[in-house]
Amino acid sequence: MSVLAEEGHHVPVVDPGAAGSMALPLVLVIALPAFGAAVLLLGGRLTDRWGHLLGCLTVAASFVCSVILFITILGRDASDRQVGLDLWTWFSTGDWKVQFGLLYDPLSALFLLLITGVGGLIHVYSIGYMEHDERRRRFFGYLNLFVAAMLMLVLASDYVGVFLGWEGVGLASYLLIGFWQYKPTAAAAAKKAFVINRVGDIGLSLGVGLIFATFGTTSFARVSELTSGASGGVMTAIGLLLLLAACGKSAQFPLQTWLLDAMEGPTPVSALIHAATMVTAGVYLIVRSQFIFEYTSDARLAVAVIGTITLLMGAWIGCAKDDIKKVLAGSTMSQIGYMVLAAGLGVAGYAFAIFHLLMHGFFKANMFLGAGSVMHGTNDDVDMRHYGALRKAMPVTFLTFTMGYLAIIGFPGFDGFWSKDKIIEVALTQNVWLGLCALFGAGVTGFYMTRLMLMTFFGKSRWEDGVHPHESPKVMTIPLMVLAALSLLGGLLLLNDWIVDFLSPVTGVAPHEEPPLPAVVLSVIAVLVVAVGVAIAWMVFSRRDVPRTAPTKVSVFTTAGRNELYGDAFNDAIIVGPGKRFNVGLAAFDNGFVDGGAMGTASAFRGLSGRLRLAQNGFVRSYALGLLGGAALVLLALLVVNLG
Amino acid sequence: MSATPFIVLSAILFTIGAVGVLTRRNAIVVFMCVELMLNASNLALVTFSRVNGNLDGQIAAFFVMVVAAAEVVVGLAIIMTIFRTRRSASVDDASLLKY
Repeated sequence: MSVLAEEGHHVPVVDPGAAGSMALPLVLVIALPAFGAAVLLLGGRLTDRWGHLLGCLTVAASFVCSVILFITILGRDASDRQVGLDLWTWFSTGDWKVQFGLLYDPLSALFLLLITGVGGLIHVYSIGYMEHDERRRRFFGYLNLFVAAMLMLVLASDYVGVFLGWEGVGLASYLLIGFWQYKPTAAAAAKKAFVINRVGDIGLSLGVGLIFATFGTTSFARVSELTSGASGGVMTAIGLLLLLAACGKSAQFPLQTWLLDAMEGPTPVSALIHAATMVTAGVYLIVRSQFIFEYTSDARLAVAVIGTITLLMGAWIGCAKDDIKKVLAGSTMSQIGYMVLAAGLGVAGYAFAIFHLLMHGFFKANMFLGAGSVMHGTNDDVDMRHYGALRKAMPVTFLTFTMGYLAIIGFPGFDGFWSKDKIIEVALTQNVWLGLCALFGAGVTGFYMTRLMLMTFFGKSRWEDGVHPHESPKVMTIPLMVLAALSLLGGLLLLNDWIVDFLSPVTGVAPHEEPPLPAVVLSVIAVLVVAVGVAIAWMVFSRRDVPRTAPTKVSVFTTAGRNELYGDAFNDAIIVGPGKRFNVGLAAFDNGFVDGGAMGTASAFRGLSGRLRLAQNGFVRSYALGLLGGAALVLLALLVVNLG
Repeated sequence: MSATPFIVLSAILFTIGAVGVLTRRNAIVVFMCVELMLNASNLALVTFSRVNGNLDGQIAAFFVMVVAAAEVVVGLAIIMTIFRTRRSASVDDASLLKY
């Protein structure tokens, strides 16, 4: 395992240049969606009629700002691509001063384009998707809130600022998963996502606390200068805490169970938050903290292993589910697993983690929106066993979905081919076992995505009675087309290793390492593995009719996959059950011992005062006797003292 | 002149007053006994003032007289009111204020 541990290719975020003319767009990029959210959520019914338009407009304007910013730094030298903007002192206590500042560098630049670009398309799509929902204005308010928080997360120049955005996206995610709160399942899913995310957040807050305790500051620039002097144990602890945070937000093992339930939310939410952007925040956090992870090969190895486990688990779940959104959710887990694996591989992998993150943002948003379009045409049915033969009824959705499909399985030329290939190549170079797992995962991806395609768009129609699938309106299909084009063309970013160079001020430059086999051979092998997966799926799901109800006599593997690999059962048995028993015991202790003690003391005093009260008998003469006796006693005491 | 007879007289008067307060039921008599105790203490104050050769005790005695006068005003008014409502001046009858 020592191959993972090449210490010291660390790139500090040193003294980012002044923002100058970039200050205005930099502030606007966050302020616009935040303003939109404020107007839509505070304006109430007054904004019902034009709320969705305002929501789209703010994100579109934010996208324009992102493009302006991107163009500004595009031509600059690597050393000049980091721009900082200190807005005001957020708080200062003792020696600890937290600036409310923004850091715009190549990493944030790409995230900004992804969030506002894909986010804007999803906003437009939602106009059509949520057209018949009477709370559409509120939906757009929440979406804008999410975009603002996510931008805060990726633009903050300080771990505390990241924390602000981190909690903001968690809140937006909670509100949007439970958007249809009248459905008990949606309400429960929202709560589950929130609670499990809290576990990850504990990791983040402890990690940030430990960073502060160790370095006395939480700003990226300061911390990155100081990390070379810290002890390895502390760095590993920080790294593992940040990994816990990433596991919660990015649905990585063992905190993965909330993501599948989160599909209860409206489909645009699944596309934007639970596929393209928010769930990738964990990857962002790890890549952003490269100046910490570079000093702890143990934590890096943990990151890579967690990523590998999750990519296999997600793929497994994707194979067994019949709910189209849950298949896509399993696939999201799996693809994020790839990103986390790449991030765990260190300098060589960071750029490819981000590359895959962008590509995944394009093709997964495309497919989720495509799934939403399918549901829109089939009365919100999500069971793939009720689909079939939709390619003729929904030609645009079918074609755009196919682009996403080809991209995710890694068909040569499409997005996933470039990005996943690179990750597999780097993984094989650094650690053969992780690389082989990633390669196997690619094959499984081919299998489950082909299964999804065949069950949804091919074969005989198995539609429910009264369902007449129809193509979605233009406002929904145009975003699909744009995303489909991006799924095809995203790979251009890798031309001349552009993205690797562009990100080098953040991720560092990796020393060249020869992969065990030539890169071309590896690509061919990867494509062959995927082809095997596709072929197996084709044999199983295309040559036979798909039954309308899920078969019950299935293998252990399928049962496990359908039950999401018993993640919930595991949590119930290991955490929820003992936790409940502990709390019941605690309640008994509280009732019996603590309350008993307090109440016992109280009743003892009540009994005593009941006795004493009898002295108040109402007879003046007995009081007078008391007075006299008292005076006599005082006199006696004085005499005793004075004479004695 | 020895102060002892005056002090003894004062003590006797005070004791009579105290015993009266404790044993008599009639509010007026109790009241008079209280006055008796006050005057017994006045006598003691004046005596000691004389013995010590300064005016402190006499001034204190005047204060006691002023307080006693005020007390008479309030006390008799209370006794009157109680008598009007209860047709009784017995202190044992006014025993509602208790546990």
